Amino acid sequence: MPVEILKETWTGAVQIVTLGATPAEGGTRGRTVTVGGERTLPFLHFEAPMPHRPALAVEIKDRRPDDWSPVLLRAWGDVVDDPGAWAQAAAAAGADLILLALSLTDADGRPTTPAAAVAAVRKVLSACSLPLAVFGPGQADADNELLVAVAEATKGERLLLGICEDKNYRTIVATALANGHLVNARTPMDVNLAKQLNILITDMGMPLDRIIMDPTTGAVGYGFEYGYSVMERLRLAALQGDRMTQLPMLVTPGFEAWKTKEAKVGNGVPAAWGDWEARAINWETLTALGLLEAGADILVLRHPESVRRLRLAIEGLMKG
Amino acid sequence: MALTGIQIYKLLPQTNCKDCGFPTCLAFAMKLAAKQVELSACPHVSESAKAQLAESAAPPVRLVTVRSDGAEVKVGNEVVLFRHEKTFYNRPGLIVRVGDDLAPSALEAKVAAADAYRVTYVGIDLGIDGFAVESVKGDPAAFAAAVQAVRRHSRKPLVLTAPSASVLGAGLEMLGAGETPLLGVATADNWRDMAGLAQKAKSPLIVRGNTLDELATLTGQIKDMGVEDMVLDPAVRDFAGHLTLSTLIRRLALKKNFRPLGYPLIAFPAAAGDPAVELMLAAQAILKYAGFVVIDHFAPEAVYPLLVLRQNIYTDPQKPIQVQPGLYEINNPKPEDPVLVTTNFSITYFSVANEVEGSGLPAWLVVADAEGMSVLTAWAAGKFDAERIAKDVKRFGVADRVSRRRLVIPGHVAVLSGELEGELPDWEIRVGPREAVDLPRYMREALMN
Ligand code: B12
Ligand code: SF4
Repeated sequence: MPVEILKETWTGAVQIVTLGATPAEGGTRGRTVTVGGERTLPFLHFEAPMPHRPALAVEIKDRRPDDWSPVLLRAWGDVVDDPGAWAQAAAAAGADLILLALSLTDADGRPTTPAAAVAAVRKVLSACSLPLAVFGPGQADADNELLVAVAEATKGERLLLGICEDKNYRTIVATALANGHLVNARTPMDVNLAKQLNILITDMGMPLDRIIMDPTTGAVGYGFEYGYSVMERLRLAALQGDRMTQLPMLVTPGFEAWKTKEAKVGNGVPAAWGDWEARAINWETLTALGLLEAGADILVLRHPESVRRLRLAIEGLMKG
Repeated sequence: MALTGIQIYKLLPQTNCKDCGFPTCLAFAMKLAAKQVELSACPHVSESAKAQLAESAAPPVRLVTVRSDGAEVKVGNEVVLFRHEKTFYNRPGLIVRVGDDLAPSALEAKVAAADAYRVTYVGIDLGIDGFAVESVKGDPAAFAAAVQAVRRHSRKPLVLTAPSASVLGAGLEMLGAGETPLLGVATADNWRDMAGLAQKAKSPLIVRGNTLDELATLTGQIKDMGVEDMVLDPAVRDFAGHLTLSTLIRRLALKKNFRPLGYPLIAFPAAAGDPAVELMLAAQAILKYAGFVVIDHFAPEAVYPLLVLRQNIYTDPQKPIQVQPGLYEINNPKPEDPVLVTTNFSITYFSVANEVEGSGLPAWLVVADAEGMSVLTAWAAGKFDAERIAKDVKRFGVADRVSRRRLVIPGHVAVLSGELEGELPDWEIRVGPREAVDLPRYMREALMN
């Protein structure tokens, strides 16, 4: 019996965005990463080709993190003491790009200075030729102070600057505009808030091909389903032609998964949770895989084994 | 797709005899279309009209039940492609596979461990739903022995698969009369015998087709043999293939009411070999429309996140899972023990309650009515502010139960402490740690004085 291949006709497409700039383009990166351009739901190649595969970012810090799971610290070893070495290890683990998350304080508890932030960024840029995203510590004032200094010191690199949210988008967007960078527009799991922030950012003159949106997410078991559905709704709106939802999406399953008790704690947990290390990695992998299926264009991961696995999943999904 | 009032009217006797209590057949048809009356209210409707109406009222994805003596798994009956459109209803059955080529001791050990597996997530007990016994050797005696071995350790519902109906029958005979296992696999080569067996056993049947065309043809032929309950295996084992075909099948069922593919799906992620890939394929199957997910590698650290993922995807997006607000007692607190406050979002409540319970330290836990939201979400939405917390502390009569008026609030809402001191002037307000994991140590150290 002949079965109809039921295709949807979408009118919209996701914006194409390129991160990083080669010397020819005014930067120093060995290569760039391009995401977006989808004209259908994730990986439905029979409906429309998916021109760019989702990218994997590995999150590194400017210094040894205080609050990371021992499982993660063990996986990376000594490189966590040097952001340049860490970036190289991340590239070797298969990252498409590096996400450097600046710490709020230095190891002695003093606030991270703009000079220290710039130095860390420079180290990463010279050690590793992948495109780079730089995120502030996640407190609007600190983010503004550090990211402005970083943006100015790296003019033309097409860095992805975050976290750019309603509280501080003006400062971050202004410096990204002035120095040829991109912004990561973050809103708390809400379709309308995401649209609204994108509107505010474009109103400042930021072209759409320099914005990535970050609808935020939760790990499996910790609000995952909310993020998943918000991403599905954003992508459906984009394909239906709603311009301000048509940006590629970045999400941080690594950050969310490694914050859970399942990933952080090895002792005194139920036996039914199984082996600690395997469970922690599985937690990150499944959170990331779910978000990939919901439309993520950039997945920010923490564990090298998760990078390997998500690479396999993306390869499998791109075979149309 | 449901029929319109006019379409239903055409199937009625059109005599306007009023026996149904409505003035005309058309009026009755309209009520029927709106699902406000039952067809049985009309005593004159013909058998053929009944059949047509029943067919049209059937759900677009058939509900299929697999039963053992004492347990069942129900899948199908889904009505949307995206959970936010309404909700996903029937969680896919998570099935652990064993082959009859396994050494008997290994098989029994695997089944015993998987059968006993239980894990708790936000107060909900989760476990696997059943076992798939596969005839790898193609030998009736070996298959029967494997089914018996599984039954020695588990009473859960079963999936039995064999290359031929004769081998399958040998396994089926080992089961009690009340059981309707999921049988398979019917293919273009063996479907007549397989359908005959399923029909006799009144069991649902897995149907495998190498293309959608072949699958649709097979389900039609098998249905004509009297088997109503089927489960589709579109014979793809890779990421892209599974996503594409499961999406197409669900779309055709929902949007076109295409009956030949209006059945639940079964996924076999284990074909990948690599357990890490199997786990991701299983997760994809849960997200993307599978009714049964058959895994091969059983390990607690893999099954736990899969079960939680499934739970998340199948929650109703309209209603956060929540607990009853109130004053909870943990580890038999005495009046001098500490009072903690949290919200009534299930995930939040259980992360706090489990930590405190696990530490063995007694405490009173005020679960404020935050409309089922997490601490920060509720705070941002104005549902967990000083006024609300104070109101609940009074409403639950906390002051009458404790001798020491000291209230610990979550670290994430430290900003509330000033206002809360204003609302509860005779209480000492303490800011606790941000994460529940750190509560036991905080209770042991900071609350000692
Ligand atoms: C899932 C989620 C939602 C879901 C709601 C889920 C729910 N039922 O609550 C949805 C999508 C609906 C939502 C909505 C909103 N959200 Co929201 N959401 C989240 C998210 C992703 C996870 C929250 C969660 O479930 N955490 C898990 C639970 C267990 O955490 P918890 O309740 O805090 O409990 C922990 C601790 O607080 C502690 N704890 C708890 N109780 C106690 C008690 C004591 C005594 C102690 C010591 C400790 C303690 O232990 C727990 C485990 O460690 C977070 C971001 C994130 N990734 O964390 C944002 C977040 C909470 N949301 C936020 C916001 C702003 C909103 C909205 C206002 C925005 C909007 N979209 O309109 C709305 C508000 C809701 C409304 N108006 O209806 C912000 C809050 C920002 C802030 N700091 O104020 C966050 C932090 C996102 C962000 N980074 O901006 N959200
Ligand atoms: S009982 Fe049946 S035939 Fe009579 S009016 Fe009602 S619908 Fe028509």
